[in-house]
Amino acid sequence: MSRPEHLAPPEIFYNEDEAKKYTQNSRIIEIQEQMSERAIELLLLPEDTSCFLLDIGCGSGLSGSVLEEQGHFWIGMDISTAMLDVALEREVEGDLVLSDMGQGCPFRAGAFDGAISISAIQWLCNADKSHHRPVQRLYKFFSTLYACLSRTARAVLQFYPENDEQMELVTSQAMKAGFYGGVVIDYPNSTKAKKFFLVLMTGGNVPLPKGLGTEGDSNGVDYAKRERVKKQRGKPLKSVKNWIQEKKERRRRQGRDVRPDSKYTGRKRSGRF
Amino acid sequence: MKLLTHNVLTSKCIRGVTVGYPLLIKATNVKVSEVEFKPDFVAKVLPKIEWDVLANAAESLGHWQNLPKELPNNYENDTDFLKKIHRVLLEVEVIQGELICPESGRKFPITNGIANMLLNEDEV
Ligand SMILES: C[S@@+](CC[C@H](N)C(=O)[O-])C[C@H]1O[C@@H](n2cnc3c(N)ncnc32)[C@H](O)[C@@H]1O
Repeated sequence: MSRPEHLAPPEIFYNEDEAKKYTQNSRIIEIQEQMSERAIELLLLPEDTSCFLLDIGCGSGLSGSVLEEQGHFWIGMDISTAMLDVALEREVEGDLVLSDMGQGCPFRAGAFDGAISISAIQWLCNADKSHHRPVQRLYKFFSTLYACLSRTARAVLQFYPENDEQMELVTSQAMKAGFYGGVVIDYPNSTKAKKFFLVLMTGGNVPLPKGLGTEGDSNGVDYAKRERVKKQRGKPLKSVKNWIQEKKERRRRQGRDVRPDSKYTGRKRSGRF
Repeated sequence: MKLLTHNVLTSKCIRGVTVGYPLLIKATNVKVSEVEFKPDFVAKVLPKIEWDVLANAAESLGHWQNLPKELPNNYENDTDFLKKIHRVLLEVEVIQGELICPESGRKFPITNGIANMLLNEDEV
């Protein structure tokens, strides 16, 4: 599969057409939401409190919607106006800023309780303009990210490294900027479900949790979750119906108003309107 | 752009700018839209807010609602107070206008409620 970063700079690749296609694709929605949930879990936020979070490369707000769902408020930064316009259309709750993460996170010290980034930072590994230096842009990004996080905050960045060198490049710049942490790999044995999460900590080194779907991932992952994961093994995609039901269940747990399940839940519309 | 965002936004990414805060707001279109009130969020975010910056920004937009000049103590359970702050932080929004860097004078346009903080090649 060709990597979008090789085709064009992000602000060109994510044009109006691509932004619409991206945000309407139910498979993309599902995957982005799942990864956002996992990223939030890895943030280890204090339980039952609303936090103030930064979403880097927020795009059309698919990841942000999950933050909202879990009761947090977010600011999103993205370089593509088309993606941000779709976020506006979707009436996301978070506030949006047009900016290039490679130029730094334009926020004052200690502003955020945490940060996530879903499928965005691999873009920083490419030189899209003649004056771009990936190492410098990565360093600028991580050092300014470090500065705008509060002292116990974490940043969790899911990304698609192209190869080991890129993984090394990204991690080394994060460490150079002062972060502790490393990469958590979920489902390392599945080509499709394998996911990389760079987990960064500001306040001292704490052992990283094991990736999902690895031997001994019991570490810090509760039983119910492991069961859910087990069921997923080998078939990374949940059925639409299960997914809707799980989402409803989550919302119910949050005390939200949710329609009761019926035999129509998650079924395709007949198209006979 | 919400005033909570304004309260944390800087222009320090411009080369040569050290603090870049607070950004001056010039608004040509301001909207107030309803946002779900979460008292715990407001109470939690308040200690991080630069109160003077918030006051000046809200006042310049005509939305300060006679709030006190200093952050009062014991606001956690003062629902009326938290509601007003909620309005200032999250409901008041600059839709069109610009932000101005206090050090360099560089202007950042705000369009459709989105602040454009992109820098030119020679500014980074
Ligand atoms: C695959 S999308 C993910 C969007 C969103 N996080 C989600 O989960 O749906 C990647 C996003 O990263 C953004 N991006 C790429 N390079 C960027 C940069 N240098 N600064 C800010 N955003 C960038 C793109 O514009 C795009 O919206």
